[in-house]
Amino acid sequence: MREVRPALFELTLVRFKEFLRETEAVFWVFAFPVLLTVALGFAFREKAPDRIPVGVTEGPSAQARMKALSGSPALIPRLYDERTGREELRKGNISLLVEEGATPVYRFDPTRPDSRTARVEADNALQAAAGRRDQFQAAEVRVEEQGARYIDFLVPGLLGMNIMGTGMWGVGFGIVNARMKKLLKRLVATPMRKSDYLLAQSMSRLAFLVLEVAIIIGFAAVAFGVRVSGSLALFSLVCFAGGCAFAGIGLLVASRARTIEGVSGLMNLTMVPMWICSGVFFSYERFPDGAKPFIRALPLTALNDALRAVMNDAASIGQIAPELLTLAAWAVVSYLIGLKLFRWQ
Amino acid sequence: MEASTDLAISCRELRKHYPDVKAVDGLDLFVARGECFGLLGPNGAGKTTTIEILEGLTKPDGGDVQVLGRTWGSNERELRELIGISLQETQLSEKLTVLETLRLFRSFYRRGSDPEQLLRDLSLDEKKNARVAKLSGGQKQRLAVACALIGQPEILFLDEPTTGLDPQSRLQLWEVVARFREGGGTVLLTTHYMDEAERLCDHIAIVDHGKRIALGTPRELIGMLDAPHVIEFTSEPAVGEELFTWVKGYHGATRRGDGWLLRVDSLADAVPQVLGAIEKSGAKLVTLTTHAATLEDLFVSLTGRELRDA
Repeated sequence: MREVRPALFELTLVRFKEFLRETEAVFWVFAFPVLLTVALGFAFREKAPDRIPVGVTEGPSAQARMKALSGSPALIPRLYDERTGREELRKGNISLLVEEGATPVYRFDPTRPDSRTARVEADNALQAAAGRRDQFQAAEVRVEEQGARYIDFLVPGLLGMNIMGTGMWGVGFGIVNARMKKLLKRLVATPMRKSDYLLAQSMSRLAFLVLEVAIIIGFAAVAFGVRVSGSLALFSLVCFAGGCAFAGIGLLVASRARTIEGVSGLMNLTMVPMWICSGVFFSYERFPDGAKPFIRALPLTALNDALRAVMNDAASIGQIAPELLTLAAWAVVSYLIGLKLFRWQ
Repeated sequence: MEASTDLAISCRELRKHYPDVKAVDGLDLFVARGECFGLLGPNGAGKTTTIEILEGLTKPDGGDVQVLGRTWGSNERELRELIGISLQETQLSEKLTVLETLRLFRSFYRRGSDPEQLLRDLSLDEKKNARVAKLSGGQKQRLAVACALIGQPEILFLDEPTTGLDPQSRLQLWEVVARFREGGGTVLLTTHYMDEAERLCDHIAIVDHGKRIALGTPRELIGMLDAPHVIEFTSEPAVGEELFTWVKGYHGATRRGDGWLLRVDSLADAVPQVLGAIEKSGAKLVTLTTHAATLEDLFVSLTGRELRDA
């Protein structure tokens, strides 16, 4: 007779197998974040800044102005009659309309950054064509070093978002599904320790976390040259802490929900604010100062900040201790409350 | 019968009231060790609530429950090791194989059977590497019972174990129950199939609206019927009861559709008289059958309703 393995081991193994055998779930966990990284990586990849489309209205000076504007590396001029030109400006298809007159008339929306840039660039080009001479030629240094690019900001954010999403969905969905099928009720009818079951949900997530992180980071390294500049051990610790925090929150969110719809709503309620506030796609520095302490207390903010610090700034464990403690607090508190509130039937 | 450990299960004055229904309303049950005890009743009679209280899954509003001389309040962990349960609607994880499922359940118990051996005993051996999703209804049910048996329990609780199964699968499941009892095990099962109760149970409690309305061995219960035979007929148009209350050996009637169930002492006396009465009334006989009284007839005579659609 085979040796009987401990319940915690069996529960973890079973959850791991169930997940692997769920084809759709595997897609969402592994393929989706890679696709997202590809799409965003290419959308924001390093390249010459876009040329801004501007319009010129027909008239005696139109040809000369078209020629002058074509000379600017920042602009693409197009010729319109006045009515069409204004229509295109209104729709935002062009950022500036240079209207006919003895001296040019600039029509634009000064609240749009593109329009302000176009105004300056067009003016420079037309002034130069009219004979203005620059007093000096300034030198330029372009910032493109690894660790300071947008993709270097983006990849840790996507990784954090993925650890949040898969942790919460993986744990929450599995639990609610088992509750709906009355499997939870069947399990508590055995001598199984309830804490074993809940711990196994988190542990099987962590096993997946290793694969998830490896795939995303590996892909970002190959496709975009993103590197982990800090210690790999510390990087793993941050991912682990994040995984624990979100497995705990997933458990808490699923602790009482009776239906998949119910838990989905709660998941979105929890995750959407963090997608927006926690600095996934852009820095939360843009939010008002009063909101920042709350934003920093969010687990995804802590995870993203710690990942960026280790990946881009080679931070030491001391430097990211506040973030690690925040994640640990979320993990422990949510797990304990979840266990307390948990509805088994 | 005071709290004796000869009793596998005892419960007194059991009550469970939900806002809209009194699911269990003052039920007494005593199950001896080694016997098979059946709770028979229609859907909604309170069978499942009762069995789940005895299983320690639902808290009663009132009454005493003892299982193997212990109470759920103070000995839950120990009791969980001693009983095996098959719930009415559990869907085991479809993504796992039969053997994986059973190994998982084995890991919860301190002592228990070897999963592979148990699968052989339950004729699920050749399905051991099949996913649960691919099993037939009967195989799923046998796996559910295997999960209940894996910890070598002293009491096996089965909530409607054969509902919806084909006759072959029912027989297989009955054999499993019989083998468990040969080993000295106690069984408490609920069913709304009278033949299942008659075949498997030493004692049967008939429940309706959360109350026990009859208790005894299958033979005693059928003996409670005042009449041993039942005539079942339909006619067109339907006829009134007054037509046959005078029939010899008549004990009562229950309306069913366009016809009646008549309980009588003797078919030889009653059938010709009933036929004559229908013909005389000008109605036309559509169907006529007779059978020896069963638990179903007892239930009908006690409640005026039928087990299946009550």
